[in-house]
Amino acid sequence: MQLVLEKRAERSNRIALVSPLIAIGLTIVTMSILFAVLGKNPVLALHAYFIAPLTDGYSLQEIAVKATPLVMIAIGLSLCYLANAWNIGAEGQFLIGAVAGSWIAVKTQGTDAGAWVLPAMLLLGAIAGALYALIPAVCKVKFGASEILTSLMLVYVADLFLDYLVRGPWRDPHGFNFPTTAEFDPVATVPLLIEGGRLHLGSIIALLVVAAAAVLLGRTIKGFEIRVVGAAPRAARFGGFNSNQLIILTFAVSGALAGLAGIIEVAGPVGHLQPGISPGYGFTAIIVAFLGRLNPIGILIAGLFLALTFIGGEQAQIAMKIPLDVTKVFQGILLFYVLACDSLILYRFRLVFPNRQVTRGTG
Amino acid sequence: MELVEAIILSVLAASTPLLIAATGELVTERSGVLNLGVEGMMIMGAACGFAGAWLTGSIIIGAICGIIAGTLMSLVFALMALGLAVNQVATGLALTILGIGLSGLIGAGFVGERITPAPHLYIPVLTDIPLIGRVLFGEDAFVYLSIALIVGVWWFLYQTRTGLILRACGDNHVSAHALGYPVLRIRTLAVMFGGACAGLAGAYLPLAYTPFFIPGMTAGRGWIALALVVFSSWRPGRLVVGAYLFGAVTILQLHAQGWGIGIPSQFMSALPYLATVIVLVLLSRARTGGSTAPAALGTVFVPDR
Repeated sequence: MQLVLEKRAERSNRIALVSPLIAIGLTIVTMSILFAVLGKNPVLALHAYFIAPLTDGYSLQEIAVKATPLVMIAIGLSLCYLANAWNIGAEGQFLIGAVAGSWIAVKTQGTDAGAWVLPAMLLLGAIAGALYALIPAVCKVKFGASEILTSLMLVYVADLFLDYLVRGPWRDPHGFNFPTTAEFDPVATVPLLIEGGRLHLGSIIALLVVAAAAVLLGRTIKGFEIRVVGAAPRAARFGGFNSNQLIILTFAVSGALAGLAGIIEVAGPVGHLQPGISPGYGFTAIIVAFLGRLNPIGILIAGLFLALTFIGGEQAQIAMKIPLDVTKVFQGILLFYVLACDSLILYRFRLVFPNRQVTRGTG
Repeated sequence: MELVEAIILSVLAASTPLLIAATGELVTERSGVLNLGVEGMMIMGAACGFAGAWLTGSIIIGAICGIIAGTLMSLVFALMALGLAVNQVATGLALTILGIGLSGLIGAGFVGERITPAPHLYIPVLTDIPLIGRVLFGEDAFVYLSIALIVGVWWFLYQTRTGLILRACGDNHVSAHALGYPVLRIRTLAVMFGGACAGLAGAYLPLAYTPFFIPGMTAGRGWIALALVVFSSWRPGRLVVGAYLFGAVTILQLHAQGWGIGIPSQFMSALPYLATVIVLVLLSRARTGGSTAPAALGTVFVPDR
């Protein structure tokens, strides 16, 4: 028995829409089996994962809070991937953005600085993220070094740099020796949208980013260029589009968005700089980008869905003692199914049995 | 003298997992497949290897468990990237994300446990030779295995017909297919070999390098192994040099902390990653004339019928 792929005459748009749903369905089936293997009741576990977080206001806010960085980073990554530039170091750009923005917060600590502090932090975070992303982009364009490997190596460097700062020069003297900066001043904090809640201004910014990306991709020449360079490099060359320039541009934009997400996370939900500010947002955003079909609206939905798995995972851990790593397994399996189902858009699967092959004669 | 000996021993220990994982990936890439999931297969090898060794008390069974884990992971990759013609970059990333999650799940019960690490060889007389004795005749079995592996791969790629066919698949899968070679089957086997090596390399970490398992203990070594394949220009000989150079950088970083150099430890720890970036840039720059990578590397192949 052999699996054979047949190229479809044209890409199937119907399957393009349905395939993320098939992928989610298959993932849920697989997860049920995994829960059973772990000795947990699959129905209760799935309820804790996907339904329980949707039933109270606090969790709903928490989902939006978690989705904010995921959506922002994934929008940037989708631009890169559409242009066939493989930025997989968004985690590092996120951390560097957080560090750069925190610099202002740390320096102005307790000085009664004005309202300029937060905007300056956000701006600096975005710039730092963009510059950090430009390192692999420039290495790629100038020297041909694999952007996949260089962008990823820089994640570890950023992580260690942050670690150095909060254990060394920026450590809170009153922090009982914990590796963290002091709590940011109110002027250096992202304002909340609901008094006493968790939802913050960052979520609005994320929505604006989604809208901007939708306009860029759907209505501008630049967006068209990005999609052509990615989908048909040869045609793009004939069209006079410069793919190197687009690599630089998409990396810079995606780095800026990741950096912005980083500083928003630190100045918002976390409130101070410390190691472990990201539960792998930069990597999960890769899944969000693919699950969302590299489409801004799709990414918004996918971001909310993956945020749900983070919150559901925490609740399942508390309620049913399901290990937190299950969330990562879930995300990995989901990405596999998303990619596999994507294959259906271009190909038809068929099973061929060897005895039939023999009768085919010489091919 | 003892310090030099100690440094060489620790460099070899740090290089061995890189060498094993990179050897496997070299074969995979030579067949035309780019598997970015090395980190994921390695971390699974580490978790399953430790679990196997802890449960049975046998380092050998542990190593076998690691190899099996890496191979199974690579089969998932092969099904996706070769069977379903999915983009190899994305599939490799998925494999790493899945591997990190699964290994955390499997390894969770073993955190804090310890095992007796793989013994170092001791041959009376030979190992006692000053200077070279311990270095040449006093390593753990994995070190010798890694050297046998890369020599074997060199012999296979350049001295056997099958090796030639494998390289042909990597350079031009259309021609290889036209000549009647089963491109997808050869690639699947190459991917599995890469997975087995990555699993073994991961298992080396808790079985010989440190006697315990912690989540995320591969710490990017899988990615460095991938960079090493680029560094080697897909040639086994250079791969050995590269792996030992990187092992040396890793150890330099550890010893520098001991020597009390006034540089914060985090900067020294960043050294192997920075070195990888610099090496990639220098090499790619030197190779502007034309790439030495297998021509079909990373491209999808769907045989016509």
